[in-house]
Amino acid sequence: MKTKKWPFVYVGVITAITYIPILLTVVYSFNESKISSVWGGFSLKWYVELFRDRDIGEALANSLILAVSSCILAVVIGTTGALGMHRKKSRINDGVAYLSMLPIMIPEIILGMVFLSVFSFMGLPFGMVTLVIAHTTFCIPYIYSMVKARLAGMDPALEEAALDLGASPVRVFFDVTLPLILPAILSGCVLAFAMSFDDVVISIFVTGPTVNTLPVKIYTKMKTGVTPEINALATVMLAATIFILFVAHLLGRRKS
Amino acid sequence: MNKKKDNHWMLLAPIYLFTILFVALPILYMFLLSFLSRAQVWGVDFTFTLDNYKKILEPLYLDTFVQSLKLALVSTVLVALIGYPYGFFMARMNDRWKKRMMLLIMIPFWTSGLIRLYGWIIVFRSNGVLDKILQGMGLTEEPLKLLYSYPAVVVGMIYVLLPFMILSVYSSAEKLDDTLVEAARDLGASPFKAFWTVSFKLTLPGLLSGVVLSFIPSMGLFFIADILGGNKIVLVGSVIQEQVTKGRNQPFAAALSAVLMILTSLMIRLYRKITGTAKLENIV
Repeated sequence: MKTKKWPFVYVGVITAITYIPILLTVVYSFNESKISSVWGGFSLKWYVELFRDRDIGEALANSLILAVSSCILAVVIGTTGALGMHRKKSRINDGVAYLSMLPIMIPEIILGMVFLSVFSFMGLPFGMVTLVIAHTTFCIPYIYSMVKARLAGMDPALEEAALDLGASPVRVFFDVTLPLILPAILSGCVLAFAMSFDDVVISIFVTGPTVNTLPVKIYTKMKTGVTPEINALATVMLAATIFILFVAHLLGRRKS
Repeated sequence: MNKKKDNHWMLLAPIYLFTILFVALPILYMFLLSFLSRAQVWGVDFTFTLDNYKKILEPLYLDTFVQSLKLALVSTVLVALIGYPYGFFMARMNDRWKKRMMLLIMIPFWTSGLIRLYGWIIVFRSNGVLDKILQGMGLTEEPLKLLYSYPAVVVGMIYVLLPFMILSVYSSAEKLDDTLVEAARDLGASPFKAFWTVSFKLTLPGLLSGVVLSFIPSMGLFFIADILGGNKIVLVGSVIQEQVTKGRNQPFAAALSAVLMILTSLMIRLYRKITGTAKLENIV
């Protein structure tokens, strides 16, 4: 079969278009002028302003704390859940599993609204606690489904062999099961972390007046108008993302 | 044996507790809330009423629903038209290029959605980059005033949703067996017919899951319409948010959410029915 060129051209053009806004953001982050349609010369002043901005630093710290704690909780709940449901299948288990997947199957806005009304009904003060609860609910599905898929493809003979050879169930878990499901837990974690770190819709509903996450902060800034500081922030975040993905790419290549 | 059983319940306890407490009960509460009325000053009155649902049928809110559905539909169709060939062609590339393209898709995907939308503000704003280019080419003279318009919102939607479509089409097109297409061609099918009867049929589940994955979030992505559409385009999502924060009318917001949720689950059901056993969560 001869290879045609136009599919490559198509994919290339679409990819290029998706990068236009990103590249523009990067270019304009070095723009001296405050107005984005005018090029006022190269400058790093927005970066200086960004690093001086205490609010942004605080929001970033909040976002990191939130994403890490939700991920840890979700790993515990999602992994034990997947293990338990893998061992014993029942209709109730299937029902609970379905319910636990719901948070990523319905529009985020519903989840946000639901949490806001329930938390205010329960009288929980809005802040980090409510944020962590809400984020954990939508982090669990990523980890649960990854671990479940991995368990389904695992050979049960491995665990049985270890048990037959006299290992305690705890030992079997740490020496056999955990190493086998660890990649699944990690890839679930990466997804869950990204979703939590990026979430605006749900966070807006359950955040308190004193706690801001980074996306909520950016959102309010964007609504009030264009500040070139966001360009600088976007560039820094983009660089961090590319760095992390590149490292992951290299690690993946070394393994294979 | 007994020991193993105890162990099994200990494993299940956290997910049961958490799911019942923070997913099942809150959603039940939302449905209950949608039948209650709003208290005079603050909070909720526990008297049964159907008023919230009647209110949705008022032209003002019904229009919003229709407009949201329309925007979701337009965005999803465009996402499918752009994303399907992309995912399909990507699956036909060699391994090295597959990895590279995957990285190129993942970089914007992992960057904050808000920040990616911000770039479009720079493109669309009046006398912004797009205006400059069009004017430079002599195509337009006046600024187009694209920011805060319907097309800008559609572009924003496509931009945010496209990766979902590409990835799910890609994952099903990758499993496609080339020999099947070749067999069809050998048996005398035209390239188009071979594509339509073999390739398209076999990648349909990927396309459909992409459609579901783009359609569902698009109903709730109020911030895109907010940022790129100004206050001109009001979606169900924006109404829910407004009712809950400014309007302090939780029961009405609950009714709107309930209707949205029923619409969503109908879509998922339909998807399951068409694709049979394939599960949505497999591609997440």
